[in-house]
Amino acid sequence: MTERTISPSMDLRDVANAHQPIEWGRWLLWAFVLVVAANFAWIVAWNPNFGWPIVAEWFTAESILKGLSVTLGLTVVAMIIGTAIGLMLAIARMSNDTLFSSLAGLFIWFFRGTPLLVQLIFWYNLSTLFPQISIAVPFGPTLVSWNTNDLITPMTAAIAGLSLNEAAYMAEIIRGGLLSVDKGQVEATDAFGMTRGRALRRIIIPQAMRSIIPPTGNQLISMIKATSLVSVIAMADLLYSVQAVYNRTFEVIPMLMVAVIWYLVITSILNVGQGFIERYYARGERGATDVRANVRMEEPA
Amino acid sequence: MTIAAEKISPVPAEPLVRARNVHKSFGSNEVLKGIDLDVMPGEVVVILGPSGSGKSTFLRCINHLEAIDRGSIVVADEQIGYELRNGRLHKLSDRAIAVQRRKIGMVFQQFNLYPHMTALENIIEAPVGVHKQNRREAQAYAMELLSRIGLTEKAHAYPRQLSGGQQQRVAIARALAIKPKLMLFDEPTSALDPELVGEVLATMRDLADQGLTMIVVTHEIGFAREAADRVVFMDGGVVVEQGRPEVVLSNPSHPRTRLFLSRFIQRG
Ligand SMILES: Nc1ncnc2c1ncn2[C@@H]1O[C@H](COP(=O)(O)OP(=O)(O)OP(=O)(O)O)[C@@H](O)[C@H]1O
Ligand SMILES: [Mg+2]
Repeated sequence: MTERTISPSMDLRDVANAHQPIEWGRWLLWAFVLVVAANFAWIVAWNPNFGWPIVAEWFTAESILKGLSVTLGLTVVAMIIGTAIGLMLAIARMSNDTLFSSLAGLFIWFFRGTPLLVQLIFWYNLSTLFPQISIAVPFGPTLVSWNTNDLITPMTAAIAGLSLNEAAYMAEIIRGGLLSVDKGQVEATDAFGMTRGRALRRIIIPQAMRSIIPPTGNQLISMIKATSLVSVIAMADLLYSVQAVYNRTFEVIPMLMVAVIWYLVITSILNVGQGFIERYYARGERGATDVRANVRMEEPA
Repeated sequence: MTIAAEKISPVPAEPLVRARNVHKSFGSNEVLKGIDLDVMPGEVVVILGPSGSGKSTFLRCINHLEAIDRGSIVVADEQIGYELRNGRLHKLSDRAIAVQRRKIGMVFQQFNLYPHMTALENIIEAPVGVHKQNRREAQAYAMELLSRIGLTEKAHAYPRQLSGGQQQRVAIARALAIKPKLMLFDEPTSALDPELVGEVLATMRDLADQGLTMIVVTHEIGFAREAADRVVFMDGGVVVEQGRPEVVLSNPSHPRTRLFLSRFIQRG
């Protein structure tokens, strides 16, 4: 204190030369947390009940990898179809046309309001409700007709159930994103004579993405886990595959650990991907880091 | 209104904009109560008037951002929003209205630049995407426009990295890039800090000197005095008075114009 008041030289007062105080409290807390975490990892690693050798043995077993690919494939397909239908639903719901907006509202109401498990079972058993599926003139002649049992396999039932359910949730997420875009942007696209589709594609959706992506990341991760429900309609996903093994070997915990680790691996990869996508759509925001990030993103394009 | 007669006479001194008896209500609130206004090619018309008098609404009717309830608006021989077919007036489709708007540029109070695009991308978006121009040519023209407004080095900056005045000048360049027949300005300097107003007005004055047809809603009396060919004073949804700026601004004949201007001069 005294030194500073005695020498009021402006060089000394340059904040660039200031000493950072050492934050002992924070360092201590870090050390404590790391020690506890290391200790917990040690305990888990040496606990024989987890059966790590069995985990290692099964982790890349063929049946497990097959189940994993079913889980991933279902997730990707259901998410893509769900997002596409969700986008159409969101646009329909926001349109001035009462017919479109109420139809979209009805869809969303139904598919969000009933349990996914029930929806899956319904799709799977569609043939008992409608043995024939036909395209026909209402109250008129039939044009084409299929046997429902030929159409509905466990795979198609799973895809239909998961993606229609996902569409209902994505519709609301996308609608929220579209609503978050400034009204002046729509007005500018109108004033320039852009068509609706082009305005959505070039101006509105890219701006809506910033608020669409975080909840979509949530949806994707819940979808990966929701696919485990398809085991009720005899689809062998990741969880179903480990269950098939422990039903024979009774090594319940090690086999569940196999599934858990795989789920965590996928989720981590998705988190990294989400970070990249978020930074891409944050371009144009004020701030040096964002600018640098977007320069990097744009170079390969 | 005789559209047929217009088509026959090739006299150059024909109005570019012809608004007749324009009425517009929002619910029970009648905002425009019969506006008549002609704007000649190359003319700069400044619309003045108190807040809520319907200036923005009228401007937005000209490019059909708002649909009018009664009357007609014709821009470059095309009735905005409607089409005369077999002696009857038909409402145009959204797509046809979009096509009509493409010859009218608009500059907004809040700029409304696309925040996820650089200045250059903002400017070429409509030429390339809507007018189907060659990207390279559109870029060259965009750079020319940017150099005219003195912002060449900001071509790759995003709107949020620009000052308000720079953003508005980019917005003006964006509207010019489509080579509009008519430019609409809705209070282009009202969202700007006072020290940034001058640069935007200077850009607009250049455009006026180059013979662009402009309708400008503004509270900048100085701009009206220097750049306008005609000043239109609106109040309560009607045109109260119009004429040469030196007449309307210095020697207004209508008491409401006098009241409005005196308040302005008092305010500064
Ligand atoms: N979309 C709308 N819905 C309902 N009322 C509206 C709408 N737009 C404008 N109005 C009303 O119309 C009237 C005229 O508005 P307008 O924006 O045209 O005024 P203005 O002359 O531009 O005023 P200012 O100088 O404040 O911009 C106001 O009373 C306003 O509340
Ligand atoms: Mg206004």
